[in-house]
Amino acid sequence: MKTFALAAVVVAIVPWLLPQYIAFELAYAGAYAIAILGLVILTGRNGQISLGHGAFMAVGGYTVAIAATRGGWPPEAALLLAAVLCAFLGGIVGVVALRLSGAYLALATFALAVSVAPLLKRFKEVTGGSQGITLATAHAPGALAGVLASERWLYYETWLVAGVLFAASWFALQGRLGRALRALRDNEIAAVSFGINPVIYKTLAFAWSAAYAGIAGALIANATAYVSPDSYALQLSITLLIGAVLGGLGSMWGAIAGGVIVEFLPLWAQTINPAASSLIYGISLIVVMIAMPGGIAGGIQRVARTLSRPRGGSQPERT
Amino acid sequence: MPEFHRPSLKALVPIAALYILAGSFASANADAVPGITPTGILLGGTHPYSGPASAYGVIGKGIAAYFAYVNDRGGVNGRKITYKDQDDAYNPAQTVQIVKGLAEQDQVFAFFNTLGTPSNLAIRQYLNDQKIPQLFVATGATTWGADGVKYPYTLGFNPDYQAEATIFGKNIVAHQPDAKIAILYQNDDFGQDYVTGLQKGLGSKASQIVKMASYEVSDPDVRSQMATLQGSGADTLVIAATPKFAVGAMVALGQLSWKPTTYLTNVSASQTAMQAATKAGGAAATDGIISDAYTLDPTNATQANTAGMKLYRDILAKYGQGLDPNNGFILYGMAAAYTMVDTLQKAGKDLTRDKLMDAALHLNEKNPFLWPGVELQTSPSDHFTIREEQLIHYNNGVWEPAGSVIDARK
Repeated sequence: MKTFALAAVVVAIVPWLLPQYIAFELAYAGAYAIAILGLVILTGRNGQISLGHGAFMAVGGYTVAIAATRGGWPPEAALLLAAVLCAFLGGIVGVVALRLSGAYLALATFALAVSVAPLLKRFKEVTGGSQGITLATAHAPGALAGVLASERWLYYETWLVAGVLFAASWFALQGRLGRALRALRDNEIAAVSFGINPVIYKTLAFAWSAAYAGIAGALIANATAYVSPDSYALQLSITLLIGAVLGGLGSMWGAIAGGVIVEFLPLWAQTINPAASSLIYGISLIVVMIAMPGGIAGGIQRVARTLSRPRGGSQPERT
Repeated sequence: MPEFHRPSLKALVPIAALYILAGSFASANADAVPGITPTGILLGGTHPYSGPASAYGVIGKGIAAYFAYVNDRGGVNGRKITYKDQDDAYNPAQTVQIVKGLAEQDQVFAFFNTLGTPSNLAIRQYLNDQKIPQLFVATGATTWGADGVKYPYTLGFNPDYQAEATIFGKNIVAHQPDAKIAILYQNDDFGQDYVTGLQKGLGSKASQIVKMASYEVSDPDVRSQMATLQGSGADTLVIAATPKFAVGAMVALGQLSWKPTTYLTNVSASQTAMQAATKAGGAAATDGIISDAYTLDPTNATQANTAGMKLYRDILAKYGQGLDPNNGFILYGMAAAYTMVDTLQKAGKDLTRDKLMDAALHLNEKNPFLWPGVELQTSPSDHFTIREEQLIHYNNGVWEPAGSVIDARK
C-alpha cells in the first residue's frame, strides 16, 4: 500500500517539473501502460496470446470520436462506453479463442488487427473513411481549465484512470480470480478438476483485457484529438506485445515499464539518427531482451535481489 | 503476490530523475521570435522514414540536399536553414507528439512539408491554435485549399486530386464531346475526390459517364472491374488508382484488347509503373495513355537539358550522396524546398511567423523544378498552391507534352 501511495505522489508531482510536451508524452505512456496491463493479464496471467489488441484500441478510439462529434458526449462518458463495448467484443473473441491455443490463437487475433483498417475505410459514413475524424482539443473541465493546460490535464486524466485500473487489477488478481486464471494457464486439466470453469474464466480474461485496450485507445484518441485508420495499423498490435514482453509479462509494474518504452524508445531513437530510427529501435529491443529475459520489471527485481543478498550466501529464486 | 511490491520504487525513481533532468534543459525566451536567430532559421518537419509509407522518406532527403545547397551559398537573408525532420512512421498519433515536441522544446519557426493527409489533419488544429505556420504540406487532399479560410496557417503544395480530375474532364469536353466515359476508382477519399473533380470538369457532360467501377485496396486485382467497364461500351477510360492497381488496369487493357482513350492519374504515372505495365501487357497496354505532370521527370530524356534538371543533378551530385537521381520523389522534395526558400526570402530580414504567412499567401513563382510553364500562385483568398498541370502522352516509352499547360482554376 505504501508503494502505491508513494507512486501516486510521484505521478502527481511529475508534470510540474517537466515541460508541457513531456507531460503530454507521458499521458501516452500511461495509456499504453493500460493497454499493456490488459496483455499482462491475458497473456502473463492466463496464458492466452493476442496479436489483435490494436483492433480493440481502434474500437475505443472511434467510440470516443463518434460519440463526441456526433452525440456531443463528454469524453469521460465515452470512455465508459468504449470500455463496455470492447469488453463485449473481447468476450466474443474470447469465446472463439476457447477453441484455439498458442500460435493458432495468435494467428486468429492477428486477423483482427489486419482487418481493422479496411473496415474503418469501408464504413465511411460513420468513420469518416481514410480521412478519419478530428476531435476538439481536450481541455480540463470547468474551473480546472484555468490551472491546468490541456497537456497537463490529459496527463492527469490518463494517469488517474491508469491508477484506478491498476488498483482494480491488483485487488482482483489477489484472490480467487487471479488463482483461477493462473491455474488455467499452468495446467488446464488440473484446473478443471478443481472445479474451475475454463469457459467462464478464459472468456472473462479476454473481455477484461479488451476493455483495458479499449480504454487506452479512447484516452489516446482524446489526447491526439484525431483518429484515422492509419493510427491503428498492424504495427500497433505488435508494438503492444513488444511492450508487454520488454516490460515483463510477469508483473503489473512491467506494464508501466512497457508503456514508457513503447512511448519513449522510438522518440529517443529519433534523436540519435532520424534516418535510422527503426534500426536503433530494433537493436535496443534485442539488447534489452538478451540482458533482461524476464523483461525490465524482472531485470530490476533480479538486480535488487543480487544487491540485497548476503555475500556468499544463496537464496532460491523467487517466481 | 510478492512480485507486485518489491521493485516498484526502484523502477520509478530513475525514470522520474531522467525526466526532471530533461525538463531542466527546456527554457523559453519570450521576446525573440521562436526558431529565429541572427544567423539561423529552424524549421520542423515529419516524413515517414519507416513504416508502410517509407518509400516517401527520400522526399526529406531531397529537401535536406536543397537546404544544404542554399546554406553553402549564404543562406536566406544571411540566415542558414536548419531542418529538423523526424520519422512519424505515417502514424498520426506519433506526428502529433513529434510536432508538439518540435514546437515547444525545439521552438521551431515553422513546419514545412509534413507528409500525409492523416498526419497533417491531426496537427492542423493545434498549429493553427498556436499560430505556427504549417507550410507546403505533402498531400493531395482538397481540404488544404478548400478550408484555407478556417485554417489560415495551413497551406498545401501538391495539386489536389479534384483539380487534376477537373483538368481531365475539361480536356474530354474539348476534344471528345461525344465521349462515353468509364471510371475505375479506388474506394476511398482519393478515388472519390477524383470522381467529384471529373464531374466538375465535365460540367453538363457529366451525364456521359456510362459506368463507374470501384475496387478496395484489399482486392487482389481489378480484372473483373475492367471487364465490366469494357462491357458498358465506353470509349474513354479514366483510371483513378494507386500504382499497383493502375498497372493491373493497363495490363488488362492489353489482355482484353480494349483500346479506349485512357486517362491515368499522376499518382501512378511514374516511369517505373509504366515500364511494369508495358512489360506485362505489351506496348498496346500503355501506348497513347494520357496523364498529367507538374514537376519535372528525372527519367525523361527530353528534359535532361532544362535548367531545372541540370541544377537538380548538380545539387544531388554534391549534397545528395547515395541518392538515386532517377527517383522522382527526391525531385519533388527539392521543388517544395525551393518554394520554402523563396517564401522565406520574400518574408524579409525581420522574420516573424505572420510575415512568413503573408509571403506564403502572395506567391507568384516560377519554380525551376516544376514542369516548364507550370506556375505556383496563392492569395489570401486562394490557398490552392499548384493548380496548373501539363497534359502528357505516353509514346514509345516516354512521356511527351500534349498541348499547353492547363489551369484548373479557370
